[in-house]
Amino acid sequence: MNYEAVIGLEVHAQLKTRSKIFCSCPNEFGANPNTNVCPVCLGMPGTLPVLNRFAVELAVRAALALNCTVHRESRFARKNYFYPDLPKGYQITQYDRPVATDGFVEIETEKGLKRIRIKRIHLEEDAGKDLHDISPDKSYIDYNRSGVPLIEIVTEPDISTPEEASKYLRTLRNILMYLDVCDGNMEEGSLRCDANISVRKSGSSELGTKTEIKNLNSFRFVEKALACEIERHIGMLERGERIEQQTMLYDSKENITRPMRSKEESHDYRYFEEPDLLPLVLTEQDIRTYGEDICELPHQKKMRYTGELGLTPYEAEILVQDKGVAEFFEECALLLKEPKQIASWIINDYMRELNARKISIKQSPVTPHKLVSLIKQVAEKKITLNMAKEVFVILFEEGGDVQEIINRKGFTVVNDSDEILKNIREIIGKHPDELSRYKKGNQNLIGFFIGELMKRMKGRIDPKAARELVKTELDKS
Amino acid sequence: MDISKLGIFEIKSLLLKREVSCTELVKAYIERAERLNGILNCFITINRESALIEAKQTDEIIQKNPDGIRPLDGLPIAIKDIFVTRNIRTTCGSKILGNFVPPFDATVVRRLRDAGAIIFGKLNMDEFAMGSSNENSYFGPVKNPFDLSRSPGGSSGGSAAAVAAGLTPASVGTDTGGSIRQPAAFCGIVGMKPSYGRISRYGMIAFSSSLDQAGPMCRNVRDCAILLESIAGNDPKDSTTMSTPVPHYTEWIVGDPSEITVGILRPDTYEGVNPEVLSAYQNVVNLFAKHNIPITEIELPHIKYAVAVYYLIATSEASSNLARYDGVRYGFRSGEFGNLREMYIKTRMEGFGDEVKRRIILGTFALSSGYYDAFFRKASQVRRLIANDFYKAFSKVNTIIMPVTPDVAFRLGEKVSDPLSMYLSDIFTIPVNLAGLPAISMPAGRNREGLPIGVQFIGKPFDEHTLLNTAAFYERESMCMNILNEVNL
Repeated sequence: MNYEAVIGLEVHAQLKTRSKIFCSCPNEFGANPNTNVCPVCLGMPGTLPVLNRFAVELAVRAALALNCTVHRESRFARKNYFYPDLPKGYQITQYDRPVATDGFVEIETEKGLKRIRIKRIHLEEDAGKDLHDISPDKSYIDYNRSGVPLIEIVTEPDISTPEEASKYLRTLRNILMYLDVCDGNMEEGSLRCDANISVRKSGSSELGTKTEIKNLNSFRFVEKALACEIERHIGMLERGERIEQQTMLYDSKENITRPMRSKEESHDYRYFEEPDLLPLVLTEQDIRTYGEDICELPHQKKMRYTGELGLTPYEAEILVQDKGVAEFFEECALLLKEPKQIASWIINDYMRELNARKISIKQSPVTPHKLVSLIKQVAEKKITLNMAKEVFVILFEEGGDVQEIINRKGFTVVNDSDEILKNIREIIGKHPDELSRYKKGNQNLIGFFIGELMKRMKGRIDPKAARELVKTELDKS
Repeated sequence: MDISKLGIFEIKSLLLKREVSCTELVKAYIERAERLNGILNCFITINRESALIEAKQTDEIIQKNPDGIRPLDGLPIAIKDIFVTRNIRTTCGSKILGNFVPPFDATVVRRLRDAGAIIFGKLNMDEFAMGSSNENSYFGPVKNPFDLSRSPGGSSGGSAAAVAAGLTPASVGTDTGGSIRQPAAFCGIVGMKPSYGRISRYGMIAFSSSLDQAGPMCRNVRDCAILLESIAGNDPKDSTTMSTPVPHYTEWIVGDPSEITVGILRPDTYEGVNPEVLSAYQNVVNLFAKHNIPITEIELPHIKYAVAVYYLIATSEASSNLARYDGVRYGFRSGEFGNLREMYIKTRMEGFGDEVKRRIILGTFALSSGYYDAFFRKASQVRRLIANDFYKAFSKVNTIIMPVTPDVAFRLGEKVSDPLSMYLSDIFTIPVNLAGLPAISMPAGRNREGLPIGVQFIGKPFDEHTLLNTAAFYERESMCMNILNEVNL
């Protein structure tokens, strides 16, 4: 029997605002516990929320970039449940009138582009954080995160495999980072993912009973947890067991999914409209203005790179994965109309150095100007590619000026073909055995002669030109 | 000096004429409050030390700058213990906040302080403003100054009794379903519930967020206007306040009858109302008629559902608003518990009184999945019909006159075991909150036993100034306004 999975994802993204969603406390990660708090985000008696308009702006920006319909009027609601990290005993969120609905994201799959529909995007506040590991017999709570603005992005159940799920998540994360809406840091919890999953017989149109897996906070966990859960569902169906609708947690150490204790999930949230906030009203002008800050998105850049700039899809894909890298590439490409060469430098050399140093491209000492002037030196045959690579490493390690390093290292290329020819003839003259073997058909020996030439001229010639000259000379001899 | 009959205006004049210092006044009020609290139980907290320090500072300010004094400079005032006060315990009449000292001031409190007032005490109230008799206070019931065996009304019972007995020149209360107007009526004072959105709710401990509204409780209309002017207006910390400008209310208390058009309900609306209350109401209507003020019969067909609607909406919102009292961050926490769930249950079981628990349960039920449509949603729809009834009536008139309560102040203990009959006594006040309208409760005489009777004037949204003009007219022409002279404690 063949089965297929039906998966929908709920992604929580913290918005990159300066202050929290309903008060003026700073929105920052890593401050000392309970320092970024005030009566409002501690839920003290009598306090009221005031909506941070910039959070709305970011939510709308994301919604537009994800092809959603942004609603002129949306509403806030209270989701009621008791938990120590939830200071008011309810979370302010949006329920039946979210800020945006009906969008989509396109992901690349082996079978081509696949559209994952987005059901809704809504604004809400984050909760605080329980700290259970400070004391053996006490729990502490840090409310710094309480009131940090979030958008929740909910897909339709359009995802069919764990790989698609992680591809969707990567694509979504990259878009949100491009938009400057979310910093995408999954380790710090800026981007968090829950998955809804059910399994059915292939081709069936009925949906199976779904389970929800909470807190899938890395791409790897999303894939592995979903694979586990699909396997668990199929196993149960094969054995004729009934799947229970429940919430699961993924245990990455054992690579299994486990039900959360049922007490924690049997909630009736008693949603009702938040009486402390007015309906969120957006004018056409607001929506237009908020949309103006949408930059060119990764997939759009990719199309332009492969089309206009002639890169391969592989090269384009690598460049657009990081907005900083893509911008760096574009700056270089403006300075020098050699996009292929620039791309090759960035992908092979530049990113290797970045990875080795674990820094981002913005932190790198090698500016687009420096990289381009280095590439130019090669293009103009002033230095060889190997020399350039040596200069590049020095630029990274010590900084400095391209020309100055070239001068200091004494890197020059001999472009005088008479001098090169003279050297070639002398080498051929010294190696009659190799010459005769070459003549008998051992073409590989051309490498030997080039090697000798390079040694003799200390690498100061263009390998391509050298090869041609050597070949012509050998054939003449 | 006898301070027991002083209102805001008199105190301002005394201070201006230097006949008394602020320190003397504050001392006098504190001493009076301390002396009479054993009888009336109006105060939950008397703020002796810091009030006297502030009074001294105010005296220095007045000394240095006699012309530049602020509207309430030197006014000692006690307010309902529902407004959070920085560094002064704020209990909301509950054990669960019995030890709560807020780190911030409510906007109302800040505005009072900015206008120069000195808050010397926090007044008793039904726990979380839930009640009509003040018997639901963790700190014990307040006594009605007209009859110590009777309730002062609720939930702002401490405020009404304190104003009536001259324990404070004026007070600020809150009104969710009648909690300013009903105790004002029971204690013979003037109490005003402004339009929803007129006064900031920031720092006013929430009972029912879409209904709660603060308002002045005073000895007369002029004091009401002065106090309202000081505390009303848009607040960036409360998104539901309106930016409608705040008129100079004190300029509107001229009592011009030509500005008034009155609407009244058909007499059969008042079946079952105490005959003495009804005749007091009729006298008020007659007084308006005598001055040739046009009186039109209006219809409010849906107000018969108001109590039912109110007890769904108010309890639903309350069930959510009171969820934060969980023993985790502030306030009371039960001493013994084995786990988190037990901590929640015991804290709330021991920390809340019966009426609060009853309403939390009611509201939780009304919002539960499967019941929401039948209860909360339906109630919200009927609420809109009630508001529309009023808007329609206000296309013909600018003031609706109604009784405040179906009866006079009940005996303490009389209705404690019958919550439904207690709920029904709010029938004339509740519709006003559901529609978000301003209304003012005025003394309308006394019954044979000498107990005060109230009448209310209801106005259009944000038309408090017209309402104050009507109240000033009534105050001038009525024979009922000297009622507080009868209180001698």
